[in-house]
Amino acid sequence: MSEEKPQAQPVPVASSEEEWIDEQVRRTVLVTPMDRVVDLVDKIYNWGRRNSVWPMGFGLACCAIEMICTSASRFDISRFGMELFRASPRQADLMIVAGTVTKKMAPSIVRLYNQMAEPKYVLAMGACASAGGPFKEGYSVVSGVDKLIPVDVYVPGCPPTPSALLYGLMQLQKKIDGQTIRDVSWYRKGASEGIPEPVLGPDVFDPRRAEEITALAGDPGKLEARAINIKSKAESKAEKK
Amino acid sequence: MAYGLGLVKGLKYTFTRAMKTVAGDFKHLGRRYDETLLRERQSVRGTGIFTVQYPEEKPAIPENFRFVPFLVYEPKLDANGKPVIDAQTGKEAINLERCTACGICSKVCPPQCIWIVRATTPEGKPKPKPAEFYIDIDVCMNCGFCAEFCPFDAIKMDHDYELANYERHISHIFDLKTLMKPATYHARIHPLDFKREEDDRKAKEAAKAAKK
Amino acid sequence: MAVNAPVAPAELKSNLNDPLVIAEKIKAQYPTAVEAANAQGIVVQGEQLLEVARYLHDTPELGFDYLHNVTSVDYPDRLEVVYHVSNLARGGTPLTLKVNAARQDPAVPSLVPVYRGANFQEREVYDMMGVRFLGHPNLRRILLWDGFEGFPLRKDYKEPYYEDERKPFGTRWDQGHHVIAEDRNPWHDNVKYPASFDAVGYKPQRDTVRTVGAEDAVATKLRTDKLVLNIGPQHPSTHGVLRLKVTLDGETVVAAEPVLGYLHRNHEKIGERNTYLQNIPFTDRLDYITSMANNLAYVVGVEKLMGIKAPERAEYLRVIMAELTRWISHIAAIGFIYNDLGAFYTPLLYGLEERELVLDLFEAASGSRMMCNYMRFGGVARDVPEGFLDKVQYLVTERFPRRMDELEAYMVGNELFTARARNIGILPRDLAINYSAAGPVLRASGVKYDLRRADPYSIYDRFEFDVPVGTVGDMHDRFTVRIAEMRESVKILKQALAQIPAGEIMTGKKNYQIRVPKGEVYGRAENPKGELGFFMVSDGTPNPYRYHVRAPAFINLTALNEMVVGHKIADLIVILGSLDVVMGEVDR
Repeated sequence: MSEEKPQAQPVPVASSEEEWIDEQVRRTVLVTPMDRVVDLVDKIYNWGRRNSVWPMGFGLACCAIEMICTSASRFDISRFGMELFRASPRQADLMIVAGTVTKKMAPSIVRLYNQMAEPKYVLAMGACASAGGPFKEGYSVVSGVDKLIPVDVYVPGCPPTPSALLYGLMQLQKKIDGQTIRDVSWYRKGASEGIPEPVLGPDVFDPRRAEEITALAGDPGKLEARAINIKSKAESKAEKK
Repeated sequence: MAYGLGLVKGLKYTFTRAMKTVAGDFKHLGRRYDETLLRERQSVRGTGIFTVQYPEEKPAIPENFRFVPFLVYEPKLDANGKPVIDAQTGKEAINLERCTACGICSKVCPPQCIWIVRATTPEGKPKPKPAEFYIDIDVCMNCGFCAEFCPFDAIKMDHDYELANYERHISHIFDLKTLMKPATYHARIHPLDFKREEDDRKAKEAAKAAKK
Repeated sequence: MAVNAPVAPAELKSNLNDPLVIAEKIKAQYPTAVEAANAQGIVVQGEQLLEVARYLHDTPELGFDYLHNVTSVDYPDRLEVVYHVSNLARGGTPLTLKVNAARQDPAVPSLVPVYRGANFQEREVYDMMGVRFLGHPNLRRILLWDGFEGFPLRKDYKEPYYEDERKPFGTRWDQGHHVIAEDRNPWHDNVKYPASFDAVGYKPQRDTVRTVGAEDAVATKLRTDKLVLNIGPQHPSTHGVLRLKVTLDGETVVAAEPVLGYLHRNHEKIGERNTYLQNIPFTDRLDYITSMANNLAYVVGVEKLMGIKAPERAEYLRVIMAELTRWISHIAAIGFIYNDLGAFYTPLLYGLEERELVLDLFEAASGSRMMCNYMRFGGVARDVPEGFLDKVQYLVTERFPRRMDELEAYMVGNELFTARARNIGILPRDLAINYSAAGPVLRASGVKYDLRRADPYSIYDRFEFDVPVGTVGDMHDRFTVRIAEMRESVKILKQALAQIPAGEIMTGKKNYQIRVPKGEVYGRAENPKGELGFFMVSDGTPNPYRYHVRAPAFINLTALNEMVVGHKIADLIVILGSLDVVMGEVDR
């Protein structure tokens, strides 16, 4: 559970404004025939991908029922080519995280995410999956699945109605449409690395942060300084007096 | 007992089901996408066709439907009683916020996702107006308590569910500017509620006037 | 006294549910066992609890054969373990037994030897409160993982995002500058670690390591191995995030152990911080298919404590909503059973189609399809919109009966189904009672026990309806009992629609500050899944001091092992489906 917001795909980010301008000029003004071909391939490729996003049925809680309703006759997700809910992560393109992510579930989610083949997308369905939702204050709830894995689309609502989920899926389709094979990460050299599974200790922790945690846990003074302290009403009243 | 009868029986049901839609389509030939007819065919009395083809067709939203809350303000009216459009925001210009920052919504909110800063006069005295108002819609559980218990009809539940986003840290924390919606919008999505509120208010005002 | 004595007169019947009478009887048998007794319950001496329970259970005259609920309350000076027992044939209010334990290393004898249904519940109490149950066969954490630090339901446990003892938080209003919970925590996440925690050298306990494979396999002299198979938590037919550790001999199940807690959302801890009113929308999310019925069970419990009653129209609306919920829950349940059998989607989709229509009605009445949040203390949130009752009328008189005839024709009589379901997963009558099974699972085993009859709440005593029971207690019975219950629901709905009066829907004014007098209550209602109970301790403040949920699906899972042993692995999935578990309620 890294502290920073995990980066989605390592999209090459232009280091300076000039570079960015150069890139834009190269793409829009200095268009070579090769670019046109690539654009055409992109279009066909994305059209195919966007209309056959196979979700992994990853029902965790209440939202899963709305997800089932979305795939049932009233809303009929197959109109989007997404009706093939796969039980195996190997065959899925999209992980719909539908429900509250608990700490006990965290290692399994990361493992399943790692097992999915690229290109893969994650849709956080509902308030709980986005940021913990109404259960955020609890001791065993992960405050948002994006603490564990990168999320592409967030659908708010508790639970989102099937139409809201479909709207989220359409947003995902738009996102897929915007990608080009020039800079997507999964055609780059070198295997993409999996995310290490969180470990369930006295509380859940990311093995990448183990050293930091060990060092900080024994140092209450330093820890104190890292948090924003909000005064409760009683405290601020006492101060005023 | 012959085997396979159950299979035939089952197939008979699925086949009749499928045919109901076809029969309905023939009955209403050429009016397949007629909205009122479609609603009728998809309702409790209908048979056959059941799918709502979102986003082209949208399911009917009942008035009580609740998604995330919004704050109601009275728009500025011109001489004809039409709301004035603010050129800068493109929304109707704010005349008066209904919210008085009494804090009942934030107290009754089960997941405590409403933050209110009450405005103060330059002298530091509290003013019945919110200076800041935040709702974290990723914590909100759409329960509708805030709208139910607001004594000023200032907070209502929105019908807009198309809120999906690529990002949540900024866009899913609604501030005062995002939350403010004109009373005309409230009247449009909650016609019956709005009428009742207006009647109540008029009755109260009349009672007040009568007292004087 | 003969066992088959003539039916006891009403007076005696009620007497035997009176704690004071029972206390006298216990005193006569075990002079030192009773510490105190009043109308609320009996406080039993810790050491003698097992003997007392055995006496209550085995004496034919008393026959307290059913353990409803085990929970505990953390008081400043002691921990109190609370048991609710009753005699199913007699019905009525359950008898409350209490045992005190020290806060430092509390221990009480386990009741598993007498009531096997106590198994998971005692594990939960151990997990949440740290009470050790002496003699429990498998006392490990159940909802949290082994290795978790602390006992979360104790009053001195503070979560990583801890802000205040109770809601509303003072930081929200007046000077409510928005700060997300992450920033208040030093780890910037929902975690906390003990000071001596060494994350680098930490070895997780065995259960959190992958257990796929033959780890527990015991090689015998014969060349056969047992195999431990892990099903879930991500599996399409475990109905959510249930995990099963199944020991197999070939394809035959030798043992099945549910591993729970993958959806543990701290319902009770949050519930104790909430006000009574704020808990209503949280109960929606317990068993998320039956939110209206959950609302009803909770509201009935709190109303008992407050001593108020809802107006007539509201009571009728409640019954209508609860019965519609029962109908759609059962139709989804039997659809899922067929799904598990391999009849992919068709029966389920037909069921969900009807469910959608009811959800539309719920949406029109309450505002949300699933999380209705419709009931209030002393009424309902708002009156139903125009045309609502007409639609329900059409549904129950025309559409539902038609659908059910269709359903029975293609589902119940189906020979493939009969072959797969008859004599599979049998739970005999006495075992069902002993395992505290509830709802359709209990009734399928031939026990005629329905709270709507046995301890009527709301206005259920006004309606004519039967309590359908099974004969064998196999999967087929659990299936047919559900269908019969749907027919009974329709019967109730017809009567309710005919009788519903016009008028008020709420006693008193709408108020968010609810005063609940001091006291204890065990409020319950017959949910589609079984007896949903709320045990609440009020200290007179707006927040409950203790708030416990008796989740029927959770307790039904205790008996899973009993049902599946000896069957094939494919049957295990279907038997699980016939229990109709919903993880939101199991893990809470």
